[in-house]
Amino acid sequence: METGHDIRDAIARRDRSAEEVTRAALDAIGRVEPSLRAYITLLPERAMAKAREVDAKIAKGEAIGKLAGVPTAVKDLFCLKDALTTCGSKILANFKPPFSSTVVQRLDAADAVIVGKTNMDEFAMGSSCENSAFFPTHNPYDLEGVPGGSSGGSASTVGARSVPLAVGTDTGGSIREPASFCNIVGVKPTYGRVSRYGMIAFASSLDQAGPMTADVRDAADLLGAIAGFDPMDSTSVDVPVPDYGAGLRDDLKGVRIGIVRDFEESIAVDPKMAKLYKDAYEDLAKLGATFVDVTLPHAKYGLATYYLIAPAECSSNLARYDGTRYGVRKDGDADVYAMFDKTRTAGFGDEVKRRIILGTYALCSGYYDAYYVRAQKVRTLMKNDFDAAFAACDVIACPAVSCPPFELGAKSDPVAMYLMDYFTIPMSLAGIPAMSVPGGFVDGLPVGLQICAPAFEEARMLAVAHAYEQATRHADKLQPVVS
Amino acid sequence: MSAEMETVIGLEVHVELSTKSKMFCGCLNEFGAEPNTHVCPVCLGMPGTLPVINKRAVEYLCKSGFALECTVAPFSKFDRKNYFYPDMPKNYQISQYDMPLTTGGRVVLPSGKAIRLNRIHLEEDTGKNVHAGGHMTTSEATLIDYNRAGVPLMEIVSEPEIGSPDEAEQYLMALRDVMLYIGVSDVKMHEGSLRCDANVSIRPVGAKELGTKTEIKNMNSFKSVVAALEHEISRQRACAASGERIVQETRGWDEVRGLTYSMRSKEQAHDYRYFPDPDLPPLSLDEATLKRWRSELPELPAQRRERFMTQYGLPQYDAGVLTQSRFDADYFEAVASASGDSKQASNWLMGDVRKSLEGHGLTLSTSKMTPAALGQLISMVKSGAITGKAAKEVCDVLVADGGDPKAIVEQRGLAQVSDESAIAAIVDKVIAAQAESVAAYKGGKAKALDYIVGQVMRESRGRANVDVVKRLLTERLG
Ligand SMILES: [Zn+2]
Repeated sequence: METGHDIRDAIARRDRSAEEVTRAALDAIGRVEPSLRAYITLLPERAMAKAREVDAKIAKGEAIGKLAGVPTAVKDLFCLKDALTTCGSKILANFKPPFSSTVVQRLDAADAVIVGKTNMDEFAMGSSCENSAFFPTHNPYDLEGVPGGSSGGSASTVGARSVPLAVGTDTGGSIREPASFCNIVGVKPTYGRVSRYGMIAFASSLDQAGPMTADVRDAADLLGAIAGFDPMDSTSVDVPVPDYGAGLRDDLKGVRIGIVRDFEESIAVDPKMAKLYKDAYEDLAKLGATFVDVTLPHAKYGLATYYLIAPAECSSNLARYDGTRYGVRKDGDADVYAMFDKTRTAGFGDEVKRRIILGTYALCSGYYDAYYVRAQKVRTLMKNDFDAAFAACDVIACPAVSCPPFELGAKSDPVAMYLMDYFTIPMSLAGIPAMSVPGGFVDGLPVGLQICAPAFEEARMLAVAHAYEQATRHADKLQPVVS
Repeated sequence: MSAEMETVIGLEVHVELSTKSKMFCGCLNEFGAEPNTHVCPVCLGMPGTLPVINKRAVEYLCKSGFALECTVAPFSKFDRKNYFYPDMPKNYQISQYDMPLTTGGRVVLPSGKAIRLNRIHLEEDTGKNVHAGGHMTTSEATLIDYNRAGVPLMEIVSEPEIGSPDEAEQYLMALRDVMLYIGVSDVKMHEGSLRCDANVSIRPVGAKELGTKTEIKNMNSFKSVVAALEHEISRQRACAASGERIVQETRGWDEVRGLTYSMRSKEQAHDYRYFPDPDLPPLSLDEATLKRWRSELPELPAQRRERFMTQYGLPQYDAGVLTQSRFDADYFEAVASASGDSKQASNWLMGDVRKSLEGHGLTLSTSKMTPAALGQLISMVKSGAITGKAAKEVCDVLVADGGDPKAIVEQRGLAQVSDESAIAAIVDKVIAAQAESVAAYKGGKAKALDYIVGQVMRESRGRANVDVVKRLLTERLG
């Protein structure tokens, strides 16, 4: 698979022009798009203009960015000035923001070539990319299968090798789960590492943007480009961003890896999945890692906690979609509240409505202490669990998912769908970095290995993932059915 | 009910802070601009935008807290108050719920009675609905101006300790004076920078428990506060007298009809579903910063009033008037120091200057007269360079046009004439012309002399040294 860093180097060496590369990427997307449907909006003109800008810089001998000329897709919840930004929802079907998100600005500054906006579950709520208000995206390894959600469009286009880089967002697993399903690398950075400014919010205290890439080095480069303090986001953290690429390694000598006992029991119910992860841990051992058992005693409350906090925040964050200022409006004949009602009834899909209702309920004055406050306390306990675990190990390795990609429409029960994020939610609640790296195959379909690290130790996490990736090369072992 | 009833009022006062920019974005905080010109994606609540706390607003609130003897919390947080309304860009307002920036404190009324405060917290203002063609129910369309959306707003909540509409007015005036003094708000009610809600109840005198309260919303002048409270209290008293139950509800104030009306009952009350704003980390203020803000506070109106009485020997009334605004008080002190005579400085400011300002429709702060000029004018009177009468004329010119008093005196030929021969000529002329008065005086009517003096002064256009005039007249008419 052609990586972003290969492309960047070739362009810098003038072996290829950014224009050539961009045209090829747009062609590749065009070929597979009828089967995948990974994009809500393609931006061919913007992409070609940026490519020519990069070529001009090179021709003039000017310095070029770290992602110069690399075709990159962004999830359709990153505001991009004057371009359609729908967040996968009918209510924003006509929304063109007057400003660009910090992530987009930083991609532009790194000279990445943004080719389009990818499909997603509506307002990032979902684990299959079937909740998009427009159409479902397909898995490039099994066109009947889901790409995972909510960043399914980004995962699918990178999995299909159309572009090497994409940006997704992860609230409870929305980068890691689709990365696992599409045989790519997906990184959820530490909460606060990447600015949320201009990223349409689902659950503010959990949302975090991150790379979805062809390989770990690309993830390191892309993270380096988008990470860092942003004065426009009060929750972004002002700590230096290391050169992630420089810290990558090829062995794991001296690395202590924590294995989560509590998770082992959950994965054991599926022998094929259990075998895959057992093999993955053996591969890590072969690289020189040593293992320690760690426990996350509150992980079993992760889903319950998450499904109180995230809907509570979403119920408030999504209140602004009322048809008054932007987006789609349905006229209410009676009064302004009728307009709000009609607009929101028509504009939001079932899953979004379900979570708004859940969150509204959890925040009601009579239930606030019993639900929201208690969930926040569990969240603190979850953080403490990880602190204790990382006192004994450098990184934690664990399953990213409980199953390989399933078929479209297979999980009609919302709770069954919520369970998809069982292994990813605890890290989100704790705010620590976690990633999925291709870990092998079950029944011919990809499955990811999750690696997590203490807050702001993405470099350590990426280094371990890189060593594992270089030794196993799972991503290269299975080609997508469309590419 | 036959027991004597007493009134219990609690006020929630909203004061817009006069920071340069809005509470959570960089937009200008400025009244009176074209609609929707001071807006950006953040204060419009566009998808993806995030708030960033305006540190100056926090400073202003803390300073207000210090000035009102509140406890300023080194650790507070911002919460979301959720409700749907078209003038609210996000359909939630960022406010402070259970951890406000300040708690406690008090406002001392001129009577000496102190009204305790419950809290002061910081929040963002909403936009403004404009009903095209007049009233909400009859207009064709509603337009929204979001210029005000996101303006920093401080909510000052009193304990229910205000006993009458008159006390409510005194309380508001005292708050206004403090805010103006410390320069955190321009406190203009007609521009909406000070708005007020009131909780009103009555109870038998001596009762501990509060009666059923009603909340009156959004009164926008001191007058309307007094009128609304008076009306509501008499309404409640009438209810109580007739044995009717007082309903806990929110009431509006109809300025035109002069009455309060029911807006919504307790059953329809909002559940605001407050929760900590996840977009804003808790606000922690270090001790050094708080200490600095406290030290930067100016002397407050009450303290200054006391000092004016002791240091300058002013009567309470004068001290009260001169300290009403910080500008006026500073002005007085500058005049006192420039003239070297605080009594005269006060006399002029309370007397001729005030009259002249009123005549020209000016205030001290809008007049071009500098304290130095007024001080110099007072000195000139004292030294005899100019008569008191001529000084009034100069003062009026200073108030209207500014300038240098010496130059004005020269230009208008108003310098006092003490030269005996020049005055003697006028005196002789007047004696010749006023034979009747002279005769009256000589006939024993001592008062007639005053008239003759006045005529001499008039003839000299007020410039003659009155002592010389009197001496010469008594010599000649002796
Ligand atoms: Zn703004």
